[in-house]
Amino acid sequence: MLVAGPAGAGVFATSLIIGKTLLRHGHYVFVTNEYPSLIRGGHQWALVRSSPDEYIYSHRRIIDIIIALDRSSAFAYVGRLSERGIVICDEADCAPAQDPRVKPLPLRRILKELGAPPVALNTLASGVVFGILGASREIVGSVIRDQFAAREDLARLNVSLAEKGYELGVGLNTGAFPSLEILGNGEERLLIDGNSAVALGALAGGMSFFVAYPMTPASPILHFLAEIQRDYNIVVFQPESEIAAINMAIGAAYAGARSMVATSGGGFSLMVEALGQAAMTETPLVVVEVQRPGPSTGLPTHTAQGDLRFVIHASQGEFPRAVLAPGDPYEAYLLGFKAMEVAWAFQIPVILLSDKFLGESYWTVQQLPQMTPSAGSVVRGEVGGGYARYRITEDGVSPMALPGTRGALVYANTSEHDEYGQGSIDPSVVKAMQEKRFRKLPKLRAIAETEGVKTYGEGDRAVVTWGSTKMPVLEAVKNVSSVKVVQVLWLEPFPVDRLRGELRGRPFIVVENNMTGQLVSLIREKLLVEPEGFLGKYDGRQFEAEEIEDFLRKKGWV
Amino acid sequence: MSLELYDTGKRPVWCPGCGNYGILLALRKALAELKLSPEEVVIVTGIGCHGRISDYMRTNAFHTIHGRVLPLATGIKLANPKLTVIGHAGDGDAYAIGLGHLPHAARRNVDMTYIVHNNMVFGLTTGQVTPTTPRGVKTRSTPFGNPEQPLNPVLLALASGATFVARGFSGDVEHLKEVIKAGILHKGFAFIDVLQPCVTFFNTYQVIRERVFKLEEAGHDPSDLESAMKMAMLSDGRIPIGVFYRTQAPTLEEAFSHAMNPPPAARVPSPVDLSRALRRFR
Repeated sequence: MLVAGPAGAGVFATSLIIGKTLLRHGHYVFVTNEYPSLIRGGHQWALVRSSPDEYIYSHRRIIDIIIALDRSSAFAYVGRLSERGIVICDEADCAPAQDPRVKPLPLRRILKELGAPPVALNTLASGVVFGILGASREIVGSVIRDQFAAREDLARLNVSLAEKGYELGVGLNTGAFPSLEILGNGEERLLIDGNSAVALGALAGGMSFFVAYPMTPASPILHFLAEIQRDYNIVVFQPESEIAAINMAIGAAYAGARSMVATSGGGFSLMVEALGQAAMTETPLVVVEVQRPGPSTGLPTHTAQGDLRFVIHASQGEFPRAVLAPGDPYEAYLLGFKAMEVAWAFQIPVILLSDKFLGESYWTVQQLPQMTPSAGSVVRGEVGGGYARYRITEDGVSPMALPGTRGALVYANTSEHDEYGQGSIDPSVVKAMQEKRFRKLPKLRAIAETEGVKTYGEGDRAVVTWGSTKMPVLEAVKNVSSVKVVQVLWLEPFPVDRLRGELRGRPFIVVENNMTGQLVSLIREKLLVEPEGFLGKYDGRQFEAEEIEDFLRKKGWV
Repeated sequence: MSLELYDTGKRPVWCPGCGNYGILLALRKALAELKLSPEEVVIVTGIGCHGRISDYMRTNAFHTIHGRVLPLATGIKLANPKLTVIGHAGDGDAYAIGLGHLPHAARRNVDMTYIVHNNMVFGLTTGQVTPTTPRGVKTRSTPFGNPEQPLNPVLLALASGATFVARGFSGDVEHLKEVIKAGILHKGFAFIDVLQPCVTFFNTYQVIRERVFKLEEAGHDPSDLESAMKMAMLSDGRIPIGVFYRTQAPTLEEAFSHAMNPPPAARVPSPVDLSRALRRFR
C-alpha cells in the first residue's frame, strides 16, 4: 500500500494508522517513507507492506493499493500498480479515469458535508482501505482513538470519518483482497522505527543523559527521548551545536552519567574533534550516527551507507573504538544497549552506525526484552589514597572513580598524561599510555568475533552486507536456498576470523548502499579476498528487493 | 583550610612573572576561605598556558580541548549539580574558538564559575593576535599591527544575560580572590574576565596597574544592568575591576529537577521498565 501526497497532508500519519491497524490484526508490518526537505507542499510518500504469515523485510516495487492525496499522486505510481491493484483518490484528482483500477470517490464532498477540514482527507481515504480489506471496525476505531489521544473532539471526528470511508470501501471490495482476519496469537508485537529502538536500547543500558543538536534523520531520537524524559528521569537537552552536544556528553560521562549523542554525518563531522577527546581521556561515550547521503549537506532527508570508513577513522591519532551497525530495529535496540555496555566496560567511544532507512522505517518486532546493565568499570564508594585515573592495568581498563568520591581526585586530561592524569611528554610515559589504551583491543576484538557477524540460511554462495541493507537483501533471497546472507554488525574492530569462517570456500558478493564499496574495501584489507561482485546504490534510496534479484540473476546465482 | 591542600606539588611551567600565578594563588585562597574540599571541586581547563592550571590544582579536573570548557563544564554540572564547577579558559580559548558557547552558557545560567585568563595574546603558540588584542598591536601574526577592533568580553557577557559579570586583575590577588569567591557563591553562571599580562609576548602590567580602579570603591550598584553596561563601555582609559552585575534567575539544573533525585551521575545502572514507552508502538 502506498500513501502519497503533499507534505502536511498527513501521509506519514496515514501510513502509521494503516500499519498499526494491520499490526493489531496480527500481521507482520513494514512501513517506510520518502520525503523532501521542506515542511509544506512538495511530494512525499509512505509505503506499508503487511502479511499475515510471513515476516516483511523490506519494500518492493509492486503496489496493491495507492491512496492519492492530491492529483499528481493519483497518476505518479499507476505504473507500479499490481493487476488487482486499486487507486483511491478524490474525484477531482483522478477523474476521468482511463484505468479501471483508478477509483474516483467523492471524498472532498463528504468532508464538506460533515464539516470536516480538508486535511482530514487522509483519514477518510484510509477508511476506504479498511473497508476494502474488511478490517475490524473495532481495531480501526482503537488505532484512530490512540492516534488522537490528546484531542477527544478530533478523535471522535476522525473515527466517524474512517467509518464513512469504510462504507465506501466495502462497496469497492471485489474480492481481490482476502478479508483481514484477527490473528490472535497472543503476542504483543510492536511496530517500531530504528531511531526509537536505538534510544530504548541505550535507555535499557542505563543512559541517563542525552544531548543532541537537531539534524535529519537523527532528530526523531531527540524528539522521542525529550517526550519520555520525565517518565524515565533523564536529562534530555538541545544545546547550541553538535560540538557543544558531544562535549556536554563527555562532561556528563566524566561525572558518571551514561550519556549519548545522536547526529548525522554532517553533525558527526563537527563532533570528530571531541571524539578524540573521549578516546584520550578514556571517557565512555555513545555516538549514534544516522547516515544520510553526503558530502556536505548532501540529501538531508534520504538514505545512504557512505560514512563507514569515515566513522572508523574519524579523528587524529590512533585509539581503540567500537563501531556497531544494526540492520533492523530489534538489532538497533540490542546494539543500543550493547554500545552503552561496551563504552562503560572499556571506557572508549562507541559509534552506532545507523541510516535514514533504518532510522525512519518501521518494522514488526516481538517484545523488546528487558536487559540488565552491568556496573561497567566504575568504582563507587570510597577509594583508597593515591587514586590514579589512568592506572596501567593488564587489560588496559583503569578503575574509573567519579568526581565527588571521597578519597579520590579524578583528573581527566585530553593532553597526553601519566597515570594520574598529569600532562607528560616523557617518551616512556607517552609510549606506556598509548599501549595501555590499546591493551583494551584484544578483549574488544573477542566480542567482535563472537557477536560481530550474523548469518541467514546456508547455501554455497554468500551475499555479504551490513546495516539496513540486510533487509532488502533478505527480501530478495527469501526463496533462494542456495544463497547464504552474511551480515557484519561489528565494523570496528572487524570480525576477521569469524567472517573468514562464514565465507570459507564460498564465492561471495557484497551489497551496500554506497558507491565505492566501503565494506568491500574492509574485506579486501582485512581478509585479503576479493568478492565476485559488488552491487552499490548511491541515489539516496535504499535498494528495492527487485534490484538485488536482478543482480543475482545476471550473476547466474538464481 | 591551608593552601597546600590544593597544591599538587608540581612546579608551574609558566614564565617567571606570568599573570597565571596570580590567578592560581587567588583561586587556591578562594577555595580555602570557602572551605571547599578538593573532592567537591572540578576545575575544567582549555588549551593554552592557562590550561596548565589543572596540573597544579589538587582538585578534580578535566583538561579539555581548545575552546570547549563551557559545554564540558555544563555537562558535568548537569550530571552532578552537587559539584562545584569552575571553568578556566584563555582569551583565545574563550573568545576565539570557544566564543560560540559563551552567550549560551550565560543565557542558560548554568551554576558554574567561568574564569577567563585574558592576556590579550596567544601565549603558548608564541604570540599571535587574539580577539582581545588592542587595535594596532604588532604580534607574530600581525607584524603590521592588529587590524581588528578588540572584543569587549564584559559587555558581551552582560548582553548575553549572564547573572554574574565581573572583571579581576591578576596583579591584585586579594581583590581577585574576593571576586572569585563571590562568583563561586553566586547561584548561576558567574563570568569573570581576568586581566592577566603575558610577560613574554604582551607585557601590560604597568599600563593596567596605572588604570585599574575598583567598582565597589567607586560606588557602583551591581544590581543596575544599565550602569553595568556603562561601566563596561567606559572609554576614558580607566579600567574598572570588581563585580559589574549580579542578579538571580533560575538555573539550567533546576529545569531538570525531574532527573536530579538522584542526579544522572549518581545512578547505578539497573534494569529499566520500558513498558510505558513501548505503548506507542502497539
